[in-house]
Amino acid sequence: MSTAETEIRRAPEPATIVEAGPSAEGRPAAAPAPVARARWTFWRLLGSELGLTFRRPRNLVMLGVLAAVPVLLGVTLRLMTADDEGGVGGIIAAAAGNSLMLTFASLSFLVTLLMPVAVSVVAGDAVAGEAGAGTLRYLLAAPAGRTRLLAVKYLNAVVYGFAVTAVVALAALVTGLALFPVGPVTLLSGTTVPVAEGLLRILVSVGYVGAGMAALAAVALAFSTFTEVSIGAIAASVVLVVVSQVLRAVPQLDGLAGYLLPTWWNDFDGVLRSPVDTAALGEGLLVFGAYALLFGSVAWARFTGKDITS
Amino acid sequence: MTTVTHEAGAPSGAAPPSGPAAPAIVTRGLTKRFRGGQVAVDTLDLSVPRGSVFGFLGPNGSGKTTTIRMLLGLVAPTSGEHALLGLPLAAALPRVGALVEGPAFYPYLSGEANLRRFDAADPTAPAATVRRRVGEALDRVGLTAAAGKRYRNYSLGMRQRLAIAAALLGPRELLVLDEPTNGLDPQGTREVRALVKEIAADGTTVFVSSHLLAEVEQMCTHAAVMRAGKLVAQGTIASLSGGQPVRVRIETPDAAAAVRVLAALGLAGVHIGAVEGGTEVTAELGGHAPERINAALVGADVPVRGLAVVRPSLEDVFVGLTGEGFDVDG
Repeated sequence: MSTAETEIRRAPEPATIVEAGPSAEGRPAAAPAPVARARWTFWRLLGSELGLTFRRPRNLVMLGVLAAVPVLLGVTLRLMTADDEGGVGGIIAAAAGNSLMLTFASLSFLVTLLMPVAVSVVAGDAVAGEAGAGTLRYLLAAPAGRTRLLAVKYLNAVVYGFAVTAVVALAALVTGLALFPVGPVTLLSGTTVPVAEGLLRILVSVGYVGAGMAALAAVALAFSTFTEVSIGAIAASVVLVVVSQVLRAVPQLDGLAGYLLPTWWNDFDGVLRSPVDTAALGEGLLVFGAYALLFGSVAWARFTGKDITS
Repeated sequence: MTTVTHEAGAPSGAAPPSGPAAPAIVTRGLTKRFRGGQVAVDTLDLSVPRGSVFGFLGPNGSGKTTTIRMLLGLVAPTSGEHALLGLPLAAALPRVGALVEGPAFYPYLSGEANLRRFDAADPTAPAATVRRRVGEALDRVGLTAAAGKRYRNYSLGMRQRLAIAAALLGPRELLVLDEPTNGLDPQGTREVRALVKEIAADGTTVFVSSHLLAEVEQMCTHAAVMRAGKLVAQGTIASLSGGQPVRVRIETPDAAAAVRVLAALGLAGVHIGAVEGGTEVTAELGGHAPERINAALVGADVPVRGLAVVRPSLEDVFVGLTGEGFDVDG
């Protein structure tokens, strides 16, 4: 820079500097018990986030569609078995025989694609949607804090993932109870358990599938931090699910299947063994945890270092 | 009061002063180089005194918005440092209200729900008073009647006002407004200016970026001028325009005679220019009395059609500094 320019830059600094306003001193430095307060405000932001997610028509429509599928499945099954032709096997056939089995059938049907799509929409939109709309800059200037906001966004997506799972299970359970005989549940391994235990096993499988959706949410959230176009992050996440499903169907790529997230989602049927196949469930949860940790770190690294130019 | 950073020779690397006496905004050597090598902001040394209404001027693309994004922690500087209110950024931001590059809200929420949303993001905002604070902010910008209406249905002016309301949700010591009148009709522009004056009257420092000269001239006590990422001047409005001399302008058909008279009087910086239907001669007034100049001209039989004293406007200063015209009529 030239000296001349420096001269101008250091232009006459004025006698007219206005005194600092009283507000500068008249404000208590910090509220008492900052830790408790920080925790409280975190839940407040999460509450705001959940309010947005569960009031947004798009997200409610997805929940509605997911609730409708088990009903349709149940009604179809009822009509089919009324003819008493048989021909369907495994978990689906079992659903016709017992009211609780429709829940497992619905989960295993929807977890392959439809539930992951719903979770991808919410998690993929989480950061990219705010960036695209420009609201992200105002949240961060508020200041929401990047790590704090990302944690809220992730927890919100996790809650939505569990909500999706619970809605499917609940719709299936109600439909099953309405259309099919209530009684002791015959498991895949042939043993029979009482209704109460059947319900407990449904609860366990909801927890397991919800954890699987939470892992997917971390993946979609990581994608979401890389773009300002939410449809891009959503599509990337859905494509990943579809491609994984295709790859694991190819027998020659057997060795790869273990590394693919969707491979583990259907393992909730471990609860239909006797005794419950806790090894399979545990292994699945470990994979979900690894996925969440890996992609959560990617999302964090990206989001905390990113220039917000939208 | 700490005097502002720019005593000559102040080392660029020293830590910005802190505490309540610190300037509202200080930057030292602030630089942003985007990927691709484009330098958006180049070693910016800015100092915004507390209580000022500070105009941040520059043509579009001169680095104003990037500077503001760095100040708010949205964009990481390539080098240099900055401080708001003499505090670490996380501690300063709750005391800073910001409007950056136009309003952005959730279209499916009402104005009120939108403000609640952004209030929830601020970890220092007390939830117990959110209803009152949101109500006051909406009232302040005149949106109380539209509080329950969805943002989607807001007009451009209402959106802009809602953004200002969001910046006023808490007790603020600094307000950063990036082009606050962009896209507003003349009525909306007047309202925003009146609001800024009102806020400044309460002792809040206002940092307002604009490419509109008139806006800054009307609202601000201080200004800084950016050109191609560099700061070319800063100071009070008076000191900025004080750099340019007062000139006398004579309209006459006989420019040569006028020039001779002015030169004989000892006036410096004589220029001849064409105006419609004749010529004009201008010169630095110096210590001369305009009426004596007129008498001398008439005495020398120079036909004088008009004589005026021209005080330098900010516009002249800025055009001189930035080398390009501002959108002065806005």
